[in-house]
Order: sequence, then C-alpha cells, then structure tokens
Amino acid sequence: MTPLLKVENISKFYGRRIGCKDVNFDLYPGEVMGIVGESGSGKSTLLNCLAGFLTPETGEVLFEMRDGAMRDTVTMSEPERRMLSRTDWAFVHQHARDGLRMNVSAGGNVGERLMAVGARHYGNIREEAIDWLGRVEISETRVDDRPTQFSGGMQQRLQIARNLVTGPRLVFMDEPTGGLDVSVQARLLDLLRGLVREMGLSAIIVTHDLAVVRLLADRLMVMKDGHVVETGLTDQVLDDPQHAYTQLLVSSVLQV
Amino acid sequence: MSDYNFAYLDEQTKRMIRRAILKGLAIPGYQVPFASREMPMPYGWGTGGVQVSAATLTPDDTLRVIDQGADDTTNAVSIRKFFEKTAGVQATEETAQASVIQTRHRIPEEDLREDQILVYQVPIPEPLRFLEPSEVETRKMHSLEEYGLMHVKLYEDIAKHGAIATSYAYPVKVEGRYVMDPSPIPKFDNPKMEMAAIQLFGAGREQRIYALPPYCQVVSLDFEDYPFEASKADHACDMCGATNSYLDEVIMDDAGNRMFVCSDTDFCASRRKAGHMGAQAAAASAALKETAA
Repeated sequence: MTPLLKVENISKFYGRRIGCKDVNFDLYPGEVMGIVGESGSGKSTLLNCLAGFLTPETGEVLFEMRDGAMRDTVTMSEPERRMLSRTDWAFVHQHARDGLRMNVSAGGNVGERLMAVGARHYGNIREEAIDWLGRVEISETRVDDRPTQFSGGMQQRLQIARNLVTGPRLVFMDEPTGGLDVSVQARLLDLLRGLVREMGLSAIIVTHDLAVVRLLADRLMVMKDGHVVETGLTDQVLDDPQHAYTQLLVSSVLQV
Repeated sequence: MSDYNFAYLDEQTKRMIRRAILKGLAIPGYQVPFASREMPMPYGWGTGGVQVSAATLTPDDTLRVIDQGADDTTNAVSIRKFFEKTAGVQATEETAQASVIQTRHRIPEEDLREDQILVYQVPIPEPLRFLEPSEVETRKMHSLEEYGLMHVKLYEDIAKHGAIATSYAYPVKVEGRYVMDPSPIPKFDNPKMEMAAIQLFGAGREQRIYALPPYCQVVSLDFEDYPFEASKADHACDMCGATNSYLDEVIMDDAGNRMFVCSDTDFCASRRKAGHMGAQAAAASAALKETAA
C-alpha cells in the first residue's frame, strides 16, 4: 500500500527559535495519526506546515493526488493548493468561529464548499446540507439558524459537517475538543470516530488531551521542543512509554 | 470658468484616471486601483463617477446627469452644475442628445449607442465585501476565480426569503471571468448591461475604477432551480402607460393611494409627448375636459 501523505524532513524556524525540526512520517489511507505534546512543543506549527498555512524552511509534504501521483504541496502553486484545501483536504479548527462564517446560516456554511466546487442547484445543495447536519446530530429545523445561535458543541459539529461535505480524503484537526465540557467532548469524539470509520478518512489530530488520541488515533507521535521524541502505535506508546518526556506526559494524566 | 482647468481636475490627474480606465476596459470587470482625488463634494455623492466623467469629457461633449433616472434630484443637479461651471460643456436632459451620461442607480430605458459613454457612481465596488471583510483575501479570490462565496449570499437569500431577494447591486459575471458589482442599479437593469455604449464605473472613496467595453458578455449569477429574473413592479406607468420600463412607486396621500411612474423621466416625457397616456394621466385629462366643458 502506498502512503496518502509522506512527510519528509519538515523544519520550520521562527527566526532563531525552532518551530519544529526534521519531522518525518508516512500516513496511510484510513489511518488516524495523533500528535501530542505540551503547549509550545511545535504541534500546531507542524500541522499548519502540513496544511499549507505556513511554509516550512526545509522538507517536502508529498500528497497522493486523485490521479495517484505524489505531489509536493509545499512547492505546489497557490491555486492548486487552495483547490486541494476545499476538495481533498479539510481543516477543523480548535475554535469553531475560526472555521465557520458566523453571519451565514448553518445550511449556507455547509453548502459553501459545495458551491465553491461548482454546485449550482439550490435544492440539491440544501438537501445535502440537511443530510450532513443530520449526520452530525444537528436537527433539520436549525438549518436556517446562524452559528451564533448554536452552543459551542454544536458549532464544533457544524464545523465538522462543513468540512466533510465534499468528501475529503485527509482531515487536519487542531484540538477539535478544546474548550468543550467533558460530556460534550465524549459525544463529539464518538461522532468523529464513527465518521472516520464510516468514510475511511485519514486524519491528523493535534491535541494535548491523551484521551482523545486513545480513542481516535491508530498511531501516535510525541513532540517536545519542536522535535519528535517518540512514535508508535497509540496503545504501545501510552501503555509502555519509552522516552522520559512521554513517561512524564502519561503519568501527568489525572486518574479519577 | 477660466479659474478652473477644464473639467476641474488637472491634466496629470486626468491622464492617470484615463490610464486606469483603459486598463479597466482591457480587463472587463477587473477593479483597477487609482489615486482618487479629493473632490469639492462629500464621499457618497458620486466623487468616483465625477472623476471618471472629468477624465472622459471633451469640450464638444454633451452631458446628462441622472440620479435614480431623474434629472432634477439634488445629486444630479449639483453634478450637472459642477460640470457646466468647470468644463462649460453643454448639458441635456435627453438620453439621445447626450454623449456622456453620468448615472446613479439606473440605466436609461432607451438603448444607448456606440458613440455614447455611461458613467456609473459606485459606492462599494467589491461584490464580495459583505461576506469577506479582508481586501487581501477578496483580491486573492478574484485572481484565483474563487467565486463560490457569491453563491452563498444568494443561497442565504433563498433560505431566508424563498427567492433571491437581492433586488439591486445584483452580482454579475463578466466575460466568464470576473464577478462584478454593477453598482446599486435595480436588477431589472442587469440585462441591459450588454449594450453598445462603453460603461465606466468609478468608486471615489474606495479608489477603484472598472469598465465594460461595448457588447461585453454580462451574466447575472443564479441557481439552476432559481434562475435570475429581471423584476419590476407589476404595473404599467400611470403617466405614459409604458409596461416595459422600471417604475417608481409614489405614495399620493394618507388614504393608501399610490401611483407608479417610470423612474426614467426622459423616457416617460418623450412617450407622453408622442401621445401615450397612462391610467391616471388619462383620468386627469378627462376630468380637466369636463370642468372646461
């Protein structure tokens, strides 16, 4: 099997400070990769480099296009990259309001990506939007409400629907459960797990919450000070951490 | 008159504006930035249109200025006087006589000819503005032809009102490329934009000029199941009886009486001169005859 995403020697510096350094990994279709680490460890920098929001200083991000060819998304022209980011890629922001249009109705938010790729039939767009709202457990009656009238958990689910509507193959998630209370988090995780399995999505999830990766991720990458200190299967890393920092991280989780 | 340079602006400024106009004509629908000058009138009163007109006028031109189709409103009168004073050009109130027509919010009903120029006053030239506040981002969207967002606006309209409720400043796509704000003309006028005359758009405060060369393809955006409709009040003009012109609704009294009249005053007057008569005009003249008899 060929990887969907191949990351080679990605480094990003902020002046003389390290953002992230020499990151390598492969992501296979249908696989969910978790990136954990403390604040400032370079997780978000790495994710932004992969998703094309930041330009890394060195390295390649090779993505398997629909025709099967591996293309470097770092050197790709901007129109091509933007096209990717509204078709094959999706990005779920930590704060839903970064990823949503707050003054546009829920239906319009979900429909935007469809219209961006050329859908021009109102009835079909609306039908699809309602279908997707249903899949993320938002009632059809809320389709014309604005996200400002939604709770935090609903906004996050709406953001997920809006991103998945065009059937992307790779989803980037930056702390998708941040700022939500635990019961809402649990439902969101359950929903995400269902969608990932059902659609065969590949995903890269950045989080500092080990419970999230335990539930969702197949593989885990632990970062500290911009470096990858440990990688492996999720259960293996969490149950038998080898690196001192990972041991600290795992033992820091409160047991209730 | 001699206290001003011809048409108020200095020659260098006019050259700068003409360059922007030529660029705009070469790239139909593209918003060309230009160094808009302070004009002796406030922003929002047509400073963009005035600068474009000033750069376009020659001493032989005949100018018509219309505001919502009428020649006698404050905005139209003051701009016409401004050019009579600073350029000494002849002014007219008839579409056919004019070689340059500056307009606010309307396109004349009468078909324009190839030797005419229509200058629009534009308040906000960016059609994507209310959905995307960042100018950097909207420019990028134009350059990459990312116009999905424009349809989000129309989607919202249908979701909220059951039909595309945008009735003025209705977005159009020019020559299959740029999405353009046609200035706040009623959408009834949109199909007229494929015309013989040159159309120039000036936005003074926003410092943008854009243009449509003659016979340019201009398509109003819509959905397959909600096609574009050039709507007007479902009525005939009460003065001249025209059924194919854009109408103003005028409230006559506190009893709910109202009348519909052509918003294009020249069009209406010339029809009445030719003997056409609308319902209320006919009633009034009948009453007049009765009192005379």
